[in-house]
Amino acid sequence: MSRTLYQKLVDSHCVQRLDEEHVLLYADLHLMNEYTSPQAFAGLRQRGLPVRRPWQNVAVVDHIIPTHPLKHRVIVDPASALQASNLARNCELHGIPLFDTNDPLQGIEHVIAPELGMIRPGMVVLCGDSHTTTYGALGALGFGIGTSEVEHVLATQTLVHRVASNMRIRVDGRLSVGCTAKDLVLHIIANIGAQGARGYVVEFVGEGIAALSVEARMTICNMAVEAGARGALIAPDDVAIEYVSARAPDMKRHLPRAIEQWRKLRSDDDARFDVELSFDACDVGPRVTWGTSPDQSVPIDERVPDPARAGSPQQREAATRALRYIGLEAGASLDGLAIDRVFIGSCTNARIEDLREVAKIVGDRKVDPRVRAMIVPGSGAVRDQAEAEGIAARLIAAGFEWRQPGCSMCLAMNDDVLRPGERCASTTNRNFEGRQGRAGRTHLMSPAMAAAAAIAGCITDVRRLESSHVR
Amino acid sequence: MSADTSIAGVAAALPIPNLDTDQIMPKQFLRGIDKAGLDRGVLYDLRFDANGAPRSDFVLNQPEYAGCRILVAEQNFGCGSSREHAVWGLVQLGIRAVIAPSFGEIFYSNAMNNGLLLIVVAQLDVDRFMNDVRNPATNRIDIDVARLQVRSRTHLAKFAMSARHRQMFLDGLDLVGASLASVEAIAAFERKHWEEQPWLQSVGAMVRARVC
Ligand code: SF4
Repeated sequence: MSRTLYQKLVDSHCVQRLDEEHVLLYADLHLMNEYTSPQAFAGLRQRGLPVRRPWQNVAVVDHIIPTHPLKHRVIVDPASALQASNLARNCELHGIPLFDTNDPLQGIEHVIAPELGMIRPGMVVLCGDSHTTTYGALGALGFGIGTSEVEHVLATQTLVHRVASNMRIRVDGRLSVGCTAKDLVLHIIANIGAQGARGYVVEFVGEGIAALSVEARMTICNMAVEAGARGALIAPDDVAIEYVSARAPDMKRHLPRAIEQWRKLRSDDDARFDVELSFDACDVGPRVTWGTSPDQSVPIDERVPDPARAGSPQQREAATRALRYIGLEAGASLDGLAIDRVFIGSCTNARIEDLREVAKIVGDRKVDPRVRAMIVPGSGAVRDQAEAEGIAARLIAAGFEWRQPGCSMCLAMNDDVLRPGERCASTTNRNFEGRQGRAGRTHLMSPAMAAAAAIAGCITDVRRLESSHVR
Repeated sequence: MSADTSIAGVAAALPIPNLDTDQIMPKQFLRGIDKAGLDRGVLYDLRFDANGAPRSDFVLNQPEYAGCRILVAEQNFGCGSSREHAVWGLVQLGIRAVIAPSFGEIFYSNAMNNGLLLIVVAQLDVDRFMNDVRNPATNRIDIDVARLQVRSRTHLAKFAMSARHRQMFLDGLDLVGASLASVEAIAAFERKHWEEQPWLQSVGAMVRARVC
């Protein structure tokens, strides 16, 4: 019987079928952070259980870590310091590989795992973090899980997985100048809604996806969860295989055999999807969110929609509430809206390619003096690379704060926080109420658009800026 | 059966679609290494003002809704972050069930793992329940898990629940224990899996050793 890629990956990791809906799924790799794992380790201790496969786990300190530019990092907040030391102790106790606070390769879990060659096509990867969908970019099935499930994985290296339905999203055409993967995924989410893919694993296909780099694909799969997707997948092609081969020298001996298997990781031609959608990359413009849910975005040259015209009473109420929170009115223009802060970071958009894009847009211009603009690279490796390429120096000269890697103001669990009422152009993934700080106002956009906003002091169309720039 | 098959009590309406786990449990409450004190954090910015004083206009702060055990919510409740703290906090606050047209998927699993009953009913049913519980005089809801039905003052709806989740809720099924019973099957799987794809074995340690 023909199968989708998702079904193949479930089949190849199915230890046992539990019932009609559930399988016991084997995890090739389990990633952990300091804030969703402590209670899982405590549970294990209570049961007196060992970690089944410590070497298939990796832990990272990333969410709470300060990102100030000093080289050696000290976590001042006592509770956060305890989370970090607790993680280190748990890893030591169970023999789990760790990237600790001052490890030169420390970074956001979803940035370091692929860049260090941990993610390989055909894997099942679990992590107590919803953006684990990122790994679909390499043909690996990634699921975000809760802490009870983290405990279950530690004890058994498996997950009780409710089998999802299959959705295929085709993207034809190519993105036009000034438009990026971030704009494409915001476009898709705006069209299908914050729960449009709930219950599905989404496979992205088509020319518009094939044309993207692996990093751009990660941006797409990362944000699929903002449409509610359980998982995201892109069948590994030469670009993906090349990416992994270059980063996983330890598997060199097996590479020819692996590649042979990786090439089979695709949905059968006649595989049945429960839902099929298609988009055209040519229709995508640079987008900005106007509300407090990632599905509330418009192209920069359109105006804030009128809640009165929303589809349902619930959507109307949500839009009204969002506008009140964000301090905007229906019909307002986002183009020209003054901002206080710019945040370039997160597992969605803090890879080297993103920073190169920012540097390209900035050129020799300066950050508007009214704006505080921060760049938080996704990992130590990204930071080093950007410094080696001269990007860092250029951005620092332009007036950006060049900081150390971590989640930072993506969820503002460290001291990088918006003050009430502050408006931020952000390359992150969630514009939820209070996400970047109580009463903070987040506008999600691409790194290019955030760079343009930093220079202009307001949200602006990066395409205009690009054409006006005399190099 | 160890748990009650019925949940009855005061219900409150939270008519906010896509109410995400960042709002259900804001970041400042995620700093612990245990589960203590999370009841304080539930819906913090909705319950308390910037000075930490209760907002009198928020439903859970109104005397008629004291001891609330059930929430009636909108679509995609619990979307966003995977933080199980959101579920722990709701349970600590005394919430036993949430009724909504749909739930975020990770939140759903987290709730099931903690005995928080999530009930999916159609939007029209939710509208009716919400209508009833918005009036303090008719804010009681009865949930019968054995019969799979929810009843408010003027409305009754059936709901579905997989046999597995029903068992988890009623018997408090221990998933770790259950899966450990399959340890032979897991070991057999691993042998075959690593024979076919040796590059997946111990990948964490292998990478850590390489980049040391
Ligand atoms: S960068 Fe943001 S979304 Fe990504 S793991 Fe960190 S907090 Fe989560």
